[in-house]
Amino acid sequence: MATDTNTAREAWERALAAATTRDAQFTTVSGRKIEPLYYPAEPDPWYEEQLGYPGQFPFTRGIHANLYRGKLWTMRQFAGFGTPEETNARFRFLLSKGQTGLSTAFDLPTLMGLDSDHPNSQGEVGRLGVAVDTARDFDRLFEGINLGEVSVSMTINAPAAIVLAFYLVAAERQGVPWDQLRGTLQNDILKEYHAQNEFVFPPQESVRLVVDTIAFCTEHAPQFNPVSISGYHIREAGSTAAEELAFTLADGFHYVEQTMEAGLGVDEFAPRLSFFFNSHNDFFEEIAKFRAARRIWARHMRDKYGAQNPRSCMLRFHAQTSGVSLQAQQPEVNVIRVAYQALAAVLGGCQSLHTNSRDETLSLPTEEAVTIALRTQQVLAYETGVANSVDPLGGSYQVEALTDALEQDAEAIFTEIQEQGGMIAAIEKGYFRRRIAESAFAYQREVDAKRKLIVGVNAFTDDSGLNVPTLEIDSSVEVRQRQRLAQTKAERDAATVEMSLDRIRKVAASRENLMPALIDAARADVTLGEMVAALADVLGRYRPTS
Amino acid sequence: MPAVPSAKHATKPIRVVLAKLGLDGHDRGIQVVARALRDAGMEVIYTGLWQSPAAAVRAVEDEDADVLGVSLLSGAHMTLVPDLMKRLRERGLDDVTVLVGGIIPESDLPKLRELGVAEVFTPGASLDEIAAFIRQRVAAKAA
Repeated sequence: MATDTNTAREAWERALAAATTRDAQFTTVSGRKIEPLYYPAEPDPWYEEQLGYPGQFPFTRGIHANLYRGKLWTMRQFAGFGTPEETNARFRFLLSKGQTGLSTAFDLPTLMGLDSDHPNSQGEVGRLGVAVDTARDFDRLFEGINLGEVSVSMTINAPAAIVLAFYLVAAERQGVPWDQLRGTLQNDILKEYHAQNEFVFPPQESVRLVVDTIAFCTEHAPQFNPVSISGYHIREAGSTAAEELAFTLADGFHYVEQTMEAGLGVDEFAPRLSFFFNSHNDFFEEIAKFRAARRIWARHMRDKYGAQNPRSCMLRFHAQTSGVSLQAQQPEVNVIRVAYQALAAVLGGCQSLHTNSRDETLSLPTEEAVTIALRTQQVLAYETGVANSVDPLGGSYQVEALTDALEQDAEAIFTEIQEQGGMIAAIEKGYFRRRIAESAFAYQREVDAKRKLIVGVNAFTDDSGLNVPTLEIDSSVEVRQRQRLAQTKAERDAATVEMSLDRIRKVAASRENLMPALIDAARADVTLGEMVAALADVLGRYRPTS
Repeated sequence: MPAVPSAKHATKPIRVVLAKLGLDGHDRGIQVVARALRDAGMEVIYTGLWQSPAAAVRAVEDEDADVLGVSLLSGAHMTLVPDLMKRLRERGLDDVTVLVGGIIPESDLPKLRELGVAEVFTPGASLDEIAAFIRQRVAAKAA
């Protein structure tokens, strides 16, 4: 074992020497030098097996040899509201404040596959995110932003394949080749059935769409992450940390299995799978959760799915601080919650991070609140010194014990899912929703009984601070977006639209990849709602049992 | 604090219809509230996701409900709640206690009350507080 340890350490040292380092000092505020990594002085088989060196299997300590010494995490604030022009302005504002990636929020009609002129869209157009109906809206959304240079994340699930088609067409019109596109499509439909409820088609059929986008991106947009397997919403819906971890990884394994079944080799696509976790209030449990996630993913990918490429085994993740932990009472205090949660995400080795704004229990955030949230990350990155070394809490008795415990809990939950008959059967039986609802209820009872204390809510209450400024969405947005859609519909070629929709139905009924038909439809200004309806004609619509 | 429920209410449980109004799927809050009200002895009918104002009013009628609780975290409340209140009035259901839960900016609270909403519960409201409010309201109306 001693030899192995030496070999592993030497391999890490070689990787470290070869890695690029950002221009920074890596010293404390008092001038003391900080090492890139701290590890056992003596050979230690436990260390080798459970932790290893960063950038090496099982990646418990991180996926890069030097992590933030090479490159800081991407500071990526989620934004979107109103018309594409308004969101474009917010994007440019965030880039001007030093944000390094974009993250797009879509409005509810878009998330649910409806156009702005649908009767059920009334009152919701442009409210929680940006309203988009056609590829022309994507041109406006990214006007003046070079899609070959900035990475763009898009939070969209049921109609994700269509939104990807819009994005690819917008890039094409900017003259940016698809193989230069970097960014992420959330496209994780399974967690919609577990937690967030933004689904349209039945589970099995929806997973086929996910597999189609993975296969298409693998071939045509190899730097683009076609799916971001998300625990965030599962946690927000009320799950425990272990449930978030286990359900998310189980979703990931299901996508891997289905994509392999569609004929792709695991190492062809797995390196581009990415994850999205919640960073909640419990500091050490969250850090342990991120570390356990990396270790579990690595072990399953290598040992169960036969991945040979180390990149297939590396779990890369985006983190967002916890929305539900924010309180309407004393909203300024939310800034402090967000800072601790952000610290946990960074100590857990996230690749990108969104910090919530203090006012999000009241409305979408104002520019001032978003700026404070971004500044919170900048203080962490540049002032606290936490980015100087990799996995600074590795080896802590408490953090390692929690990491082990979370891994064990997750394995037990994987077994339960198997006992339900696998992922799709477990969804249809309501397993995930039931477990999450139980956990949410148990938690609320703890808070009500003051066994869990929340500052400003059930302890240390006062009447201050309810009057923070909130963002008002202009109600003319809906009218303007509908007018624009009417104009696009009047200008496009009706025969091409009909042909495009027929082709979508035909391909949906086959086993062929749907992406080419969706992209051609996007080029012809077919709307998102029209494409979703055509797909639903063939794939059906889903209603949950509970 | 209100008196304990009268004997009348012990024999006839309070009937509550809960609905997610509009397109938003955030149902953690409403599910937790549904369970708490059931535990508090009320009869709770949760109509599920994606309810239109018309569907919510229909459920109140069909279920002969004392209380309608709607949850919105989407910001669409100033479009959907006025529509809901108008429809309730049109059906002669003015006596139904209407509660709103979710993400509601402070500045909208007076407007919602003016529309006839009995109370708005935002994040941080306790389950016992909601149950106690309903008991008090229904008892006051019965008296």
